[in-house]
Amino acid sequence: MKLALREVLLAVRRAPLLSALGVVTIAFSLFACGLFGLVAVNIRDALRRVEERVEIRAFIADATPVEAVAAAMGDIAAFPEVAHVDYVSPDSALTRARRELGEFADVFEPGVLPGSIDIRLKPDFRDPRTVKAVAGRVASYTFVDDVRYGEDWVTKLYQLRTIATIVGLVLGVAFAAVATIIIGTTIRMAVLAREREIAIMRLVGATDAFVRLPFLIEGFTKGILGGFLALLLTWIASALIDQALGFPTAFFAPGVAALGVLGGAAIGLVGSAVSVSRHLRRV
Amino acid sequence: MIRLTHVSKVYPRTGRVLDDVSLHVAKGEFVFLTGPSGSGKSTLLKLVFMEERPSAGEVRVSGANSASLRRGDVARVRRKLGVVFQDFRLLDDRTAHANVAFALEVTGAPTAAIPGKVNRLLTQVGLASKAQAYPRELSGGEQQRVAIARALVNDPFVLVADEPTGNLDDRATRGVFQLLREINAAGTAVVMATHNLELMRRSDYRTIEMLHGRIVADSADPSVAEREAARRAEAETVTP
Repeated sequence: MKLALREVLLAVRRAPLLSALGVVTIAFSLFACGLFGLVAVNIRDALRRVEERVEIRAFIADATPVEAVAAAMGDIAAFPEVAHVDYVSPDSALTRARRELGEFADVFEPGVLPGSIDIRLKPDFRDPRTVKAVAGRVASYTFVDDVRYGEDWVTKLYQLRTIATIVGLVLGVAFAAVATIIIGTTIRMAVLAREREIAIMRLVGATDAFVRLPFLIEGFTKGILGGFLALLLTWIASALIDQALGFPTAFFAPGVAALGVLGGAAIGLVGSAVSVSRHLRRV
Repeated sequence: MIRLTHVSKVYPRTGRVLDDVSLHVAKGEFVFLTGPSGSGKSTLLKLVFMEERPSAGEVRVSGANSASLRRGDVARVRRKLGVVFQDFRLLDDRTAHANVAFALEVTGAPTAAIPGKVNRLLTQVGLASKAQAYPRELSGGEQQRVAIARALVNDPFVLVADEPTGNLDDRATRGVFQLLREINAAGTAVVMATHNLELMRRSDYRTIEMLHGRIVADSADPSVAEREAARRAEAETVTP
């Protein structure tokens, strides 16, 4: 290992520009992925915020005993899809309506609006089918007069989310593939630059594993450095976008950012392994 | 020790470069391999140090058989032989000492033992005072001496030299050849491809002559030349 590290340092010292070019190429390839990821994260974040507004409202018939409503709320809260259940009394409904529709506050008179049970669903259960199913179950209570959940709105929102996911996946794979090809080519250049050295190593009895190790270390290190540089560039880009828009946008969670850097290291490692192995098979 | 049995080598683009070659090199022998360019000398040497595998026939080197040798075992065979080329093949960014030490390091030799052994070998090839010089600071003859020291570092049983004096002037050629003779006198076999008739004349070592991928004469076995002459005569009769 010590010898392999020395070989890596020698290679960097011999061709510092090529090594730096390798790191910068990896960084910019990952930066492009990072920018795309940033857009995807923000679209997902915006959709998530909209989805949080998905709500089922069950209107309660007048004169329903409080005990019956409380029992039903307990049942509904136990549904696996349900995140939160609230009781909205007729008075609260009136206050809310007057607050939300301030211009028409005078239209609402006491006793006009019924009480309701407001149900919010867990994030994974906000698709139209589940919402409809839960609404159906809630409607089966005898004291429930009507159930509303904005069926059209939920369906369109879900379609938008599906489209965003598919487009995100396809573009993400395309970006990652292009980055991998560019990084692979850069590593191949580094291997070819040391063709003579590899030939001499093999001539004096170095095993393939011995020849490969310095390249793997170099690829991994370049990947890590490129990954960090890409993360820094993406963070700067995000800060500039925030400044331009005037409000904060979402950035990668620390775990995702670490995964991106590790992804760079993995591409560097695998790219080096593939390039040097192909070269060794050829010589 | 080295045995080639009915070996042929065919490259997809250039065709047959070795044709039914059989050869045995005994322990401690010095063998010249001669013949015009393209006669197959270098390919034969590549088969010996397992850079190439034969298309037909079998190459045996110190117990290793080309037919059954796995790719991973080639490195172990190479550690038993030393190889020297016309273009020296030194690492330009390392000193003479580091170039020789490198061959020991890649084999996993104990670190403490390396400097002593390298210094001994550089002294043997007459370059003790230039151990810290880089290849560009050395003459052609000196670079070839470094290459020879590197080839000897793992105590090989044979030194394979592909035109080692091809790039050297007369004086350096004589010096390198003398060094090879001394190495051979110490018990290491030498197989040397060369065009230099003068070197062959000045010594009585076994000389093998190649032409069009075949061995056409062997000073140790006159029957080879007779058989080749008969074969040529037969070929001329068949194809007037």
